[in-house]
Amino acid sequence: MECQLGNQKPPLFLNFTEMKKRIIIIGGGIAGMTVAGALPSNEFDIILIEKEILPGGHVAKWDRLFPSRRPAKEVLDFVQKSMAKNVVIKTGSTITTIHRDQNLFTLHLNGEEPIVGDAVVLATGFDLFDARKKEEYGYGIYNNVITSEELEQIFHEGKKLTTSEGKTPQRIGIIHCVGSRDEKVGNLYCSKVCCVTGVKQAIEIKEMLPECEIFSFYMDLRMYDRNFEELYYEAQQKWGINFIRGRLSECAENPGHSLIIKTEDTLTGHPLKMTVDMIILLVGFVPSPETKRIARMLDLQTGQDGFLLSSDEHYNDNSTSVPGVFLTGAVKGPACIVNTIADARATALQIERFLITGISE
Amino acid sequence: MKNFGYTIQRDQSIDIDQNDRRIVNYLLSLEPSFNLCLGCGSCTGTCTAGHFVDFNIRRVHTLLRRGESKQLKTEMKKCMFCGKCQLVCPRGVNLRNLIITIQRAIEQIG
Ligand SMILES: Cc1cc2nc3c(=O)[nH]c(=O)nc-3n(C[C@H](O)[C@H](O)[C@H](O)COP(=O)(O)OP(=O)(O)OC[C@H]3O[C@@H](n4cnc5c(N)ncnc54)[C@H](O)[C@@H]3O)c2cc1C
Ligand code: SF4
Ligand code: SF4
Ligand code: SF4
Repeated sequence: MECQLGNQKPPLFLNFTEMKKRIIIIGGGIAGMTVAGALPSNEFDIILIEKEILPGGHVAKWDRLFPSRRPAKEVLDFVQKSMAKNVVIKTGSTITTIHRDQNLFTLHLNGEEPIVGDAVVLATGFDLFDARKKEEYGYGIYNNVITSEELEQIFHEGKKLTTSEGKTPQRIGIIHCVGSRDEKVGNLYCSKVCCVTGVKQAIEIKEMLPECEIFSFYMDLRMYDRNFEELYYEAQQKWGINFIRGRLSECAENPGHSLIIKTEDTLTGHPLKMTVDMIILLVGFVPSPETKRIARMLDLQTGQDGFLLSSDEHYNDNSTSVPGVFLTGAVKGPACIVNTIADARATALQIERFLITGISE
Repeated sequence: MKNFGYTIQRDQSIDIDQNDRRIVNYLLSLEPSFNLCLGCGSCTGTCTAGHFVDFNIRRVHTLLRRGESKQLKTEMKKCMFCGKCQLVCPRGVNLRNLIITIQRAIEQIG
């Protein structure tokens, strides 16, 4: 008697002596590496393509992670170790063209033999918003305006936070929603993780510089996930961070390179101005031009926000309108690591099913 | 009778049931972007007039939304039409047109 799985018979053509099917994963961040690690490497040929010299993506730049503040390296190592030895990792590789013919994909990399595969995963992540586009905040004009990415780098390298003049800052402003929720820069969406990143970084500055006063300027504090609200609570209770509900209107430089910032304190209903030694801009996620280029070559759809669209936001959030092309991680929009890893594992299951049964949805 | 100095205070709460929201409905019909305000205060933070006199454009238009139009006429006279508020609004509210329309509404009501 044949074994029955519900109404579905197990596929009879499952035959491991056939040539292995090949999966090409583009992007070696947390998302791409997790997919590579979750796929059975004895059943498939897995190739991971990363444009940078080292894999890791954005997480490789972060120091400690919200909300627990465990070192980012721990998570990165875990994900890297999850990949079997026979996963082929090509770093420093740029894709020149990619096209689909019948059910096969052909990728041309810079100066190498083309690669042919049965499935393609786009795990190319996101770019950070270029803060220079918000000229009124003075990034790239005033030296004491830095981004959350740069602050992470300072923490990561174990450096001391100083002003551009080498002084210990006495007062720092943390500015939320830079490049997000702002139709002036064309990004209506919320970047989801910058609120909690801002709270985390405020605490970390206080740990480093206990005397420094910190003021966060926000429109809404989006503490949506487990232990985020608790981190906000800790920031107030233990560290005395000041939260002011008002979006930064403008920033100007004083003689001596301190900054004067203007906003409305909407909870008191008064315009507010104050002098700070530096401001940290919590820059948001933007879709990367590279992703858009690859998406065009594969005829993939993008949402109004510019991030890639899956077949169905609820039921098929990893497949696309093109059979054999899958999406995973922040390529679909702002996401934290927990969500990215869960998403990548779901992607691996979808690909496996597709390559065994031909069902892409 | 001894005067203890107490008077009966008018209820200070915003009474949406009693308030006259005709002005806001008129404004919304002429400037629908007014619906998009998320109350961030950027307009007030940058307002030229608000840094010199007691004037808060965000507060004025938020109160108006609730049907509170007391002292609207004197408040709106403080605006200098510089348009800076519109430049910084993250929701693209057409504040210049909104302010002009508020002024027209005031003229019509008298
Ligand atoms: C300031 C900041 C702090 C953060 N802190 C945390 C935190 O503490 N905890 C947390 O959970 N999340 C945090 N995040 C979110 C976290 O960074 C993302 O969840 C994560 O990076 C998503 O991983 P990803 O692999 O989808 O994308 P990415 O990290 O962007 O990785 C994409 C990879 O693809 C590569 N790539 C791109 N295009 C190509 C191409 N054409 N060819 C080949 N390779 C390509 C890139 O080089 C990169 O290696 C933070 C985000 C920001 C902005
Ligand atoms: S997460 Fe917070 S800071 Fe980031 S865009 Fe959303 S509301 Fe703004
Ligand atoms: S137009 Fe009026 S309300 Fe707007 S910033 Fe100028 S003075 Fe202020
Ligand atoms: S700047 Fe725009 S969104 Fe913000 S309070 Fe003013 S009108 Fe509303």
